[in-house]
Amino acid sequence: MLPRRRAFVTSAACAALGLAGCGRGGAGAPLRFWAMGREGEVLETLLAPLLREQPALRVRVEKLPWSAAHEKLLTAFAGDATPDIAQLGNTWIAELAALGALQPLDAGAMGLDAADHFDGIWRTNQAGGRLLGVPWYIDTRVMFYRRDLFERAGVATVPGDWPGLVQALDALQRSGVAHPLLLPLNEAEPLLALALQQEEPLLRDNGRYGNFRSAGFQRTLVFYIERFQRGHAPFLTNNQIANLWQEFGRGSFAAFISGPWNIGELDRRLPADLQGRWSTAPLPGPVPGSRHGASTAGGSSLVVFQRSRRRQEALQVLAFLGRPQTQLHFHALTGNLPPRRSTWALAPLAGERRAAAFLQQLELAKPTPAVPEWERILQEMQLQAARAQRYGTPVAEAAATLDARVDGFLTKRRWMLDRGAAA
Amino acid sequence: MKRPALARSLWVHAGLAVAAAFALGPLVWMASVSLMAPGEATHYPPPLLPAVPSLGNYHELFAQAGMGGAMLNSLGIAAGLTLSSVLFNVMAGYAFAKLHFRGREAVFKALLAALVIPGQVAMLPLFLMLKQLGLVNTWAGVVLPGMAGVFGIFLVRQYARTLPDELLEAARIDGAGEWRIFVTIVLPLLRPIVVTLAMFAFLASWNDFMWPLIVLTDSSLHTLPVALASLSREHVQDAELMMAGAVVTILPVLLIFLALQRHYLAGLTMGSSK
Amino acid sequence: MTRSLAGWVFVAPSLAVIGLFFVLPVAAGLALSFSDFDLYALADLRNLRFAGLDNYAHVLALPLFWKALGNTLYFVLVGVPLSIGLSLACALLLQSPLARCKPFFRTALFAPVVTTVVAVAVIWRYLFHVRYGLLNAWLADLGLAPVDWLGDPAWAMPSIILFSVWKGFGANMIIFVAALQAIPLELYEAARIDGAGRWRQFLDITLPMLGPTLLLVGVLTMTGYFQLFAEPYVMTQGGPLESTVSVLYLMYEEGFRWWNLGRASAVAFLLFVLMIVATRGLMHLARRTEEPQ
Repeated sequence: MLPRRRAFVTSAACAALGLAGCGRGGAGAPLRFWAMGREGEVLETLLAPLLREQPALRVRVEKLPWSAAHEKLLTAFAGDATPDIAQLGNTWIAELAALGALQPLDAGAMGLDAADHFDGIWRTNQAGGRLLGVPWYIDTRVMFYRRDLFERAGVATVPGDWPGLVQALDALQRSGVAHPLLLPLNEAEPLLALALQQEEPLLRDNGRYGNFRSAGFQRTLVFYIERFQRGHAPFLTNNQIANLWQEFGRGSFAAFISGPWNIGELDRRLPADLQGRWSTAPLPGPVPGSRHGASTAGGSSLVVFQRSRRRQEALQVLAFLGRPQTQLHFHALTGNLPPRRSTWALAPLAGERRAAAFLQQLELAKPTPAVPEWERILQEMQLQAARAQRYGTPVAEAAATLDARVDGFLTKRRWMLDRGAAA
Repeated sequence: MKRPALARSLWVHAGLAVAAAFALGPLVWMASVSLMAPGEATHYPPPLLPAVPSLGNYHELFAQAGMGGAMLNSLGIAAGLTLSSVLFNVMAGYAFAKLHFRGREAVFKALLAALVIPGQVAMLPLFLMLKQLGLVNTWAGVVLPGMAGVFGIFLVRQYARTLPDELLEAARIDGAGEWRIFVTIVLPLLRPIVVTLAMFAFLASWNDFMWPLIVLTDSSLHTLPVALASLSREHVQDAELMMAGAVVTILPVLLIFLALQRHYLAGLTMGSSK
Repeated sequence: MTRSLAGWVFVAPSLAVIGLFFVLPVAAGLALSFSDFDLYALADLRNLRFAGLDNYAHVLALPLFWKALGNTLYFVLVGVPLSIGLSLACALLLQSPLARCKPFFRTALFAPVVTTVVAVAVIWRYLFHVRYGLLNAWLADLGLAPVDWLGDPAWAMPSIILFSVWKGFGANMIIFVAALQAIPLELYEAARIDGAGRWRQFLDITLPMLGPTLLLVGVLTMTGYFQLFAEPYVMTQGGPLESTVSVLYLMYEEGFRWWNLGRASAVAFLLFVLMIVATRGLMHLARRTEEPQ
């Protein structure tokens, strides 16, 4: 009995010690690349040519869901467990830059230059005068709509201004679509896009205080809440829609606001007979008579983390993904829009009908405030809007509450700015 | 009088049947949906049985979603945790029961007091501490803190107190060392509680969610509950796939439970008779 | 090895692990709660400031904290009695001399306890689905309007309570079964001879004999329910409109989502204090109800 027990104890001890090693790889391990959503799914296919060119290079792709990505990136930073390369929503660059988490990049060494990119997007990738990210794809939010349902209601195309949109939604309701415009109550992007259309900025004084009490934001909030009150938008969160594309195909709603990845998704998921029946259009603007309004200047960038010791290989991968041919391939796989003007000029993309709405919209795309607390502020904005919608709170009061909360989030930033420490 | 007894018997069985349906219903439905084709469950009225049962969702889980890796992680971590925590707890429980040393009662009382403190209070600093040790995103980061459990010590002590002192004294008189006594005499006698403890530890580790969620950042290291949660947030649309994931997560523990339920239930009742 | 030394050697590994991975972090957590450790401090420790009781003051002034507290108390005050009631009822049924196939029923009723919370939360999320869920389908069969279980702030917490009770009632049931088995049958015999009906027997014999067990189960269930986290995380993400944010969920968000570690630690300690108060309160109440008898 004794030897058996001893062996048991010894092997348990060995297992325990061995466990300490299980986890991150040592030298000779593949480059770790974190990507989200659809981009994560296609990344291995996209990188295949590079891996054939460079057999010594190995890349391990980790897919994260968007809903947990922000949290996971920060946890990885806090736990010293960051990957080598990661895809980042470009609104997160400011946050990670403030943490000193990213390595500065050399555009020239990767064959990229500022002139070949859209100005607003290039700027969101910079902090403290250095380039910290390379744009991977750009996006903005436009209206996806069912052309056939619009035509049935007598509306030729998505109107260019808010009053026109209201009339169109009324017409759609009369023609049988009970709630024509999908605005999920837990998604901040549609409200954000509408809010950015106003003149007044969302934060004031270099991001020290909230500016949601401005007349412009209040106008947007009124417009937003009214869509629910008039029944134009259903009372749903995106958890409650079993399957967005299925419902769009079934005609449960006639329009929704989303980004370019849905071009690829709808192409893949809708049955053949529905393929020609939908299209995209820029968002309507608040000013009557305008051709269209502004939208978010979003997208994803690729960054290299400060703690990565594989800078050369990481830059190789970034350079590859920045080539116009690769970007075109990426667009074909996902529907995402390339950030380089030279890629847009290439043949297949130049004539793409549905991408045209995005190109139009990008002319009027505005970036969000580049403060590290932005993610939290955005969530709070949507929460207050959803609350005001459900409980009928007067808009002025909701805006004041929102400002009070946002000012609270920005307390440390104010302290650091006054101390001269932050950018 | 036979009649009232029959009526009452029917009521009792009806009650039990309703309760059993309540308890098992969702699990049976889970298995049924997991065999449905993608998109089949999102219809109104919702179907109860698949039109054509298929294992397609399971294929996708293991081929695309990496559930096989998550299963291995869960298994490895649970095994490591079970082995180490059982060893430590049995040793400590026996000592508190049978080995007299100065301060024994005081230390034990302190441990009992610690039972009241919710583990979450320690989570954030523990995370920072593990980061310093370089153990974030490793199996050890999950296993090591998991070994710090007072309940196991308590359970073993309860049981060990019933061991006959004379046996141990006799061995000591014969000149056997304490470790020898522990291994050759005590451990075999403690086998029932060791099995129970091992089961508790394995189940607790397999089902643990919050801590692995925080510590394991690489999706390749995720345990089954964490992988499933991540999948459920991303694939909120694909009900059938989610149900298959749930089956894969629950089935192993259900089988272990069915096989060893006597021990598990005995341990539970023993722990409650303070 | 002397016996005394042996004792220390045997407990050393456990104590070391508990000391290092529990006691030390708890103490550090207390220290953290007095600082403003956040994302900026994570990047550079020079950005750390001593905050005294500021975090506690801020948390206690935060409307969301009180909402979380209210949600947690709602969960505890409704869920605990419901769970104990259901467990006791099932235990009584199982203990009935008329019941057959006891092992099968016992296993069936206990099965939800061993399942993984995340997995069954996913299942119940689909059962609760407003359009395609089975629950609303049955309501429709009964001619009732569908309920937006997880989308209506008024129904979200009751849904989570229903789910938690389903998950946990088996554990308490087993404990009750053991305790019921310990009640001597002669007591029931004597009562029957005296002419007491079943309900009287239950009130006068069963309940009092179960007293200590009821207290134990109450304390265990209550402390467990105060630590509500996994269910809101998987099913509702704290929504809709923060109606399912529990104190622990708030701690998780503050700490691991927004990285305000100082504030999150303050929340954790407040939860600890709350649990101690509630446990003491329950035990005090139990002692008071025992006295008249």
